[in-house]
Amino acid sequence: MKFPYSQKVLEHFKNPHNVGQIENPDGKGLEGSPACGDMVAVYIKVNPDTKVIEDIKFESYGCASNIATGSIITDLARGKTLDEAKKITWKQASEELGGLPPIKAHCSVLAVEGLRAAIKDYEEKHGLVTEKEPTTEEVIRRRLKHVMNPLTGLDIIRTNLILKTSVEDGVVRVVVDLPANHQFAPAIKEDIIEKLGSLWDVEKVDVVFTA
Amino acid sequence: MPRSLLENPRFNCKNSRFYYLIWGGREIFENIIYLDNAACTRLDEQVLEAMKPYFFDTFAVATSEFGYSMGIDAKEALEKARENLASKLGANSEEVIFTSGSTESSNTALKGVALALKEKKGKHIIVSKIEDFPVLNTAKVLERQGFGVTFLDVDAEGFADLEELKNAITKETILVSIQQGNQEIGTVQDLKAISEICEEKDVLLHTDATHSFTRLPLSVKELPVDLITMSAHTIHGPRGIGALYIRKDTPITKFMDGGFQEFNLRAGVEDISSAVGFAKAVELVTEEENRRLKAMRDRIIDKALTEIPEVTLNGSRDKRLPQNANLTFHYVEGESVTLHMDMRGFAVSTGSACFSRSLEASHVIRGIGGDHERAHGSVRFTLGRYNRMEDADAAIEAMSEIVARLREISPLARK
Repeated sequence: MKFPYSQKVLEHFKNPHNVGQIENPDGKGLEGSPACGDMVAVYIKVNPDTKVIEDIKFESYGCASNIATGSIITDLARGKTLDEAKKITWKQASEELGGLPPIKAHCSVLAVEGLRAAIKDYEEKHGLVTEKEPTTEEVIRRRLKHVMNPLTGLDIIRTNLILKTSVEDGVVRVVVDLPANHQFAPAIKEDIIEKLGSLWDVEKVDVVFTA
Repeated sequence: MPRSLLENPRFNCKNSRFYYLIWGGREIFENIIYLDNAACTRLDEQVLEAMKPYFFDTFAVATSEFGYSMGIDAKEALEKARENLASKLGANSEEVIFTSGSTESSNTALKGVALALKEKKGKHIIVSKIEDFPVLNTAKVLERQGFGVTFLDVDAEGFADLEELKNAITKETILVSIQQGNQEIGTVQDLKAISEICEEKDVLLHTDATHSFTRLPLSVKELPVDLITMSAHTIHGPRGIGALYIRKDTPITKFMDGGFQEFNLRAGVEDISSAVGFAKAVELVTEEENRRLKAMRDRIIDKALTEIPEVTLNGSRDKRLPQNANLTFHYVEGESVTLHMDMRGFAVSTGSACFSRSLEASHVIRGIGGDHERAHGSVRFTLGRYNRMEDADAAIEAMSEIVARLREISPLARK
């Protein structure tokens, strides 16, 4: 019998590390995917001088890969500076876990986003971020790198699923190279809308399928 | 069943309830509690015994009465099986055809009637929103081919809106398809009222009885239903065989071409052994068994609602399939629950998007007005012949611990 999860994923799922809340955290991030419904909250305590993450905890409302990634990513981030922690990728987390099934990429990437959101929250609170960035095609493509292609487990930009993007007067248009009746079309569409709709200057997101 | 045991190459699966392992000369029995009987059931040994002769002795194709002896015997066995199945419905033998399962039965019903009536009567069909995929996705395909399809709303417990049904039927309507019992939440529709509406408006009615056949009464003498989908895999029969009841004189055209088997409605060499197995499986379901399943179902529902906080029942409390319990355990995710349950030796299912092949949350839970969160934490327990009352208790005890543990790490749970 072959299970989709590695032994390490199962261990972290059964006994996740760094679970819970931190009272009065220095930074807090909550990320959710409406496409699958999973949610991850990340809390950090940061040393104000060294900018090292001294404590980190997470909570998960999600599936096994979501819980396991939350566990490993908090292990990885502990003791790192904010700048180092920002660079932790989903791929790294996945490798640490001995691999994750491609179809589960979108649930597990949330933990990485949760960590980045917590860091961003800290930076905003401490005046470390510059002014708001206007949404451009480049920003859109950067955001879409967080939408996973369930067929491959890689993001939809890298797997060339996005044919075209445009932005005009707050309306973003994304053309996806899939038929509208594809097995994963509704899930991908919801994910794209969630990722782009939350940008400060975006009013509407149109997702168009090729057939 | 611990996963480490499953991964051991020396591990040997004896049957679906008991796993057997020789570990350093020691015998360990592990009880698997299988609670996913809506997906598939364990074959009953008596069914296998009934099937065996048609693999090894009377293995010939069913021939006409002018064929050779073995073929005539095979034909007789097939017709006997058909007769037994038909009599369960109060139908005539000529009104039942064997298929490869409920998917094919429902495809045949919807596409067959659509093909037969699109020129003669119209191109409109009505299906409920919470039908299982064979009906739902066939309707969607017909829609793309130019048919008008009304996807009928259901209420918070899953009952089809009968007023909407009345209003939706037009002169163009050729078929209404509403299931008897729901695959996920177990809601049992008021088929009597539905069939009366269809009869009055002179529209054909198909019902998917995959999960209700033999578990609930269904007689074509009492109800004017025209087409009924049935399957053996849900009642401890073999998988890969189903049947379709087609009331005499119902306009239907076959959509898969080949030979003239099954009254020229289903081409292909007949699967005699499976047909015999199906009939045997039907024979083995008793009212006593259905009462037993219902008592276990009620135990699961009552125990979950009283012993675990923040649990919602999905579907109707009383008008539900005797073998189905479906509950949402708020603030936890279903795939995590099923994996934890698996590690403790229970097989259950969930409507969570993470568990589904398309990554979409259950269309049934969403159809009854539930949000993603309701589907996310929904767990389905479906019972069968090999379950005992202790299984119901053990399942909820395990659920209680698992849910408490997952809530501890959930950002949504109130602490």
